[in-house]
Amino acid sequence: MTSTTSLVTPRRPWVNRRNVYKELIPTFGIAGALAVLIVNFTGLAGPLGSYVAFVAAYLTVSFLFGMRHDKIKAFDKVMTTLICAGFFTAFIPWVSILFTVFKRGASAIYWGYFTSDMSVTSGDDELNLGGLSHAIVGSGIILLIASLIAIPFGIITAIYITEIRGRFSGLVRIMIQSMSGVPSIVAGLFVFAILVSGRGFSAISGAVALSILMLPTVARTAEEVLKLVPEDLRTSALALGATQTATTFRIVLPAARAGLVTASMLGMARVAGETAPLIMTSFYSANFSTDTSGHPLASLPMYIYQNFSNGTDLALSRAWGGAAVLLTLIFIIFTIARLASGRAKG
Amino acid sequence: MSISLQGTIGRGEFERSLNLSVADGEVLAITGPNGSGKSTIIHTIAALVPLRSGHLESDGAMWDAPDSKQWVAPENRTCAVVFQDLRLFPHMNVIANVSYGLRAQGVSKDEAHSRSTAVLARVGLSLFATRRPSELSGGERQRVALARALVVEPRVLLLDEPLSAVDVVSRAALRELLPEVLGGFAGATILVTHDLSDVEAMATRSLGLF
Amino acid sequence: MQTTAPERRQITAVSRPSDKAFQGVVTAGALSAFVVLALIAGFLFLRSTEVFRTFGFDFITRSKWDAGSVEDARAPQFGVAAMLLGSIIVSTMAMIFALPFVMGTSLFLEYYISRRIRFVLVSILDLMAAIPSIIYGLWGYLVLMPYASHWAASINKYLGWIPIFAVDRENFDASPFVASLVLCLMILPIASSVTREVYSRAPQDQITAAYALGASRWGAIRAVVLPFGLSGLVGGMLLGLGRALGETIAVLLTLNLVFAVKFQVLASAGGNVASLIASRFGEAGPLELKALMAAGLVLFVLTLLVNFGASIIVGRASRSTK
Repeated sequence: MTSTTSLVTPRRPWVNRRNVYKELIPTFGIAGALAVLIVNFTGLAGPLGSYVAFVAAYLTVSFLFGMRHDKIKAFDKVMTTLICAGFFTAFIPWVSILFTVFKRGASAIYWGYFTSDMSVTSGDDELNLGGLSHAIVGSGIILLIASLIAIPFGIITAIYITEIRGRFSGLVRIMIQSMSGVPSIVAGLFVFAILVSGRGFSAISGAVALSILMLPTVARTAEEVLKLVPEDLRTSALALGATQTATTFRIVLPAARAGLVTASMLGMARVAGETAPLIMTSFYSANFSTDTSGHPLASLPMYIYQNFSNGTDLALSRAWGGAAVLLTLIFIIFTIARLASGRAKG
Repeated sequence: MSISLQGTIGRGEFERSLNLSVADGEVLAITGPNGSGKSTIIHTIAALVPLRSGHLESDGAMWDAPDSKQWVAPENRTCAVVFQDLRLFPHMNVIANVSYGLRAQGVSKDEAHSRSTAVLARVGLSLFATRRPSELSGGERQRVALARALVVEPRVLLLDEPLSAVDVVSRAALRELLPEVLGGFAGATILVTHDLSDVEAMATRSLGLF
Repeated sequence: MQTTAPERRQITAVSRPSDKAFQGVVTAGALSAFVVLALIAGFLFLRSTEVFRTFGFDFITRSKWDAGSVEDARAPQFGVAAMLLGSIIVSTMAMIFALPFVMGTSLFLEYYISRRIRFVLVSILDLMAAIPSIIYGLWGYLVLMPYASHWAASINKYLGWIPIFAVDRENFDASPFVASLVLCLMILPIASSVTREVYSRAPQDQITAAYALGASRWGAIRAVVLPFGLSGLVGGMLLGLGRALGETIAVLLTLNLVFAVKFQVLASAGGNVASLIASRFGEAGPLELKALMAAGLVLFVLTLLVNFGASIIVGRASRSTK
C-alpha cells in the first residue's frame, strides 16, 4: 500500500448534504398537508393516527419525488423514509413513558412525600398524607450493600481479565456473559432458597440478590475501562521495578479511576429498579426502618408494586409518584456515570 | 471535453490546485510520488470526497462546484472506478460482483447477467463466474475489478494503480490486456500509476504531480 | 558529594511472593461468577428434586397447576407446559415486533445521521435501557393497554378467521399481544445497541466501492452492510430474546395468567414462567414452593442456552471483523 490513500480522509460519501434540503422541505410540506387531509376525511384520529397518516403520506410523496429520477432513486427514498420512521416510531412510547410518569407522578408529590412513611397511611388515603421516605431510605440501604458486594468482585474480575490474563480469562468472560442473562426472578429464587427460607425477609438478602444482577454489568464495563489504560503505563511501571501488585493498585486502577466510577454507577442504575427479586427477598414494609436483617425493608420498586396491586385511583397516583422518584434517581445515577466517563476521556 | 477538473483538492499541507481535462478516447496517465494526491483526484471525480474549491464537470454537466453549491451524488455520476485495493465484495461470487453495478442501477436480472458474462469473456474470466474473490489469484481479482467497472459502460473510467496489487507474472499478462481494453473504450480514462512503463504502454498523455 | 550506586536488583523470571498472593486472590475473586452460577443451578436443582421425582416428565408436558386441597382430597398437580409455551409465544412475538425497529434504529443511527447527533441519540438509547421493568409494566397496563386492546379488537375483526387471531370471548385486555408489545419496547435498546455496533464495523471501502459503481445509499446498505451485519443482528435479537424470556414484573402486570395451552394471542389469557413464579410465590405451600423452584430451574436453563448462543454469535461477529 502506498501512502497516497492516507490523503483521503475516510468519510461517508453521502455526508455531503449540499442540496439535501431542496427536496426535504417540499416533501415535508406536501406530506404534512396530505396528512391533515387524511386525518380529516378518514377514521384516523388523535396524535397517533395523525402520525400514522403523516408517515404514510411521507412515504408516498418521497416515492413520487424519487420517481422523477428513476425507480432506484424512488426505492432508495422509500427505504430512507421507512428507516427513519422505524427510529422515530420506536421513540414515541418512550416519550409517552417519560411524559406519563412525570405528569401523573407530580400529582402525588408534595413536600411531606419525602419526609413521611406509610405506617399510619393506607394506599387509598388522600394524597396529602404519607410518603415514601421509607422506600427511598430502604432502596438506598439495599443498593449500598449490593454495591459493597458487587463492585469489588466486578473490578477484581476485570483485573483478572486485563491484568493477570490468566488461563481462565476466556471462561471467566463467558461466565460473566451468562450471568448477565440470569433472569432477575431466578436470582431472587436462589437467594430465597439460601438466605430467606426459614429466616425471613431481610434487606441483606435483597442486596445479595441485586448484587448477583449487578456484578456482570460492573465487570464488563470495568473490563472495557481497564483495557483503555495504555499498555505503556504498565510496562514502564514494571520496568521501574514495581511489582504487578503495585502496578495494578498504584498505576492502572488510579489511571482508570473515573471509568471505574462509571462502571459502578451503571451497575447501580441497572439494578435500582429491579422488583422481581425483591418480592422474595426484602419484601416490603410500610414503616421507616434502617434495620438490615431479620425484617422486611421497603424499597422504591416494591412501593410502586404495592400501590399498583392496591389498584384504587389514589394508590395508582402514589405508584406513579414512586415511579417518578425512582426514574429521577436512576437518571441522576446515569448522569453521574456519563460525567465520570466524560472526564475519563478528557 | 469528457471530463474537466479545475480547482483544489486535499487539505492542509496536501492541498494542491489542479487543472486537467480528458477527452473521449484519451487515456491520461497521472504519475507522481506517494502523497502527491493521485488517488485523491480519482476519489474526487467519483464523489467519494468533495472538491475544496473550483469545479468538476463532465459532458457539460456540473458534478461538483462548492462555490455554487452544485453536487451530483456518486450514484448519478457516469464514471466507474477500479480501486487500488480492488474492494471486491467478498460475500458475492464473480458474476454477482460484476453485475452488481448494473443491478444497482435497475437493470433487469437477465440483461445484467448477459452483459456481465460478455464483459467477463472480454477480460478472459468466463470460467471463473461462480468463484468467490477469495478463490482467485491477484491477477484474476484485478480483472474482476476491471470487468466490474467496464460493465456499467461509464463515460469516464478511473484506474487507481491497476497493476500495483499484482504479482510479476500476472502483471505481464495484464499489461497486454489493459491497453487492448482501453483501446476499445470510447470514454475518457484516467490512469493513476507510479510506474513509467505503464504510462508508455497505455497512456496517450501524461501529467506529473510533484 | 559522593553518590552511591543503588543496590543491584535481582532479575528473575519467577514472580515475587507478593505477586503470587495477589494473583491468587484475584483469580479466586474472578471465579466468583462461576461459583454463583454453579450455586444457582445446584440449589435450584436440590430444592426441586422432589418435584421432579414426584411428577417426572409430566412437570414439563402438563399444564395443570393446582396446589391440591386437603378438604376435597385433591392431590396437588404441577406442570409448566402452558407457562413455558406462553413464555416462548410472548417472547417470540416481541422479537417479531422488535425486528423492523431494531433494524431501523441501528441503520438510522449508523448511516443516516451525523456523528454528533448520533452520540446524543445513543446516550438517550442507553438511558431508555435503564428504565426499570416495573415502570414499563405500569405504563403498559395503564397507558398502552387501552390502545392495544383497541388494536387487538380491530385485528380480530378483520383477521379473526386466522386461528391465532381468533378469540373465544371478546376480551382483549392483558393478552399475550399486549405483553409482547411491552416486551418489544424493553428489548429494543439492547438489541439495537448490539446490532448497531456490528453494523458500524461494516467495511467502509466496500461501501464506497458500491457507491462508486452507482449504488444508492440503500443499495450499498443492502449489498454490504446487511450481509455483513447479519450475525450481529441475529445475536442482538437472541440477546433480546434472553431478556424477554426472563422478564417478570412487566409481564406480570400486563398478562392474565391462565393454566391452559392456548394459541390465541389476542385473547386475555396467556402464560409466562417468570410471572408464574412471582404471582404464586406469596401464597405457596412447601410443595408448591418446590415446584416454583423447579420452574425457576427450567427458566434458568432456557435463558442460559439462549444467552450462550447469543454470545457465541455476537463474539464470532465481532472477531471476524478484526
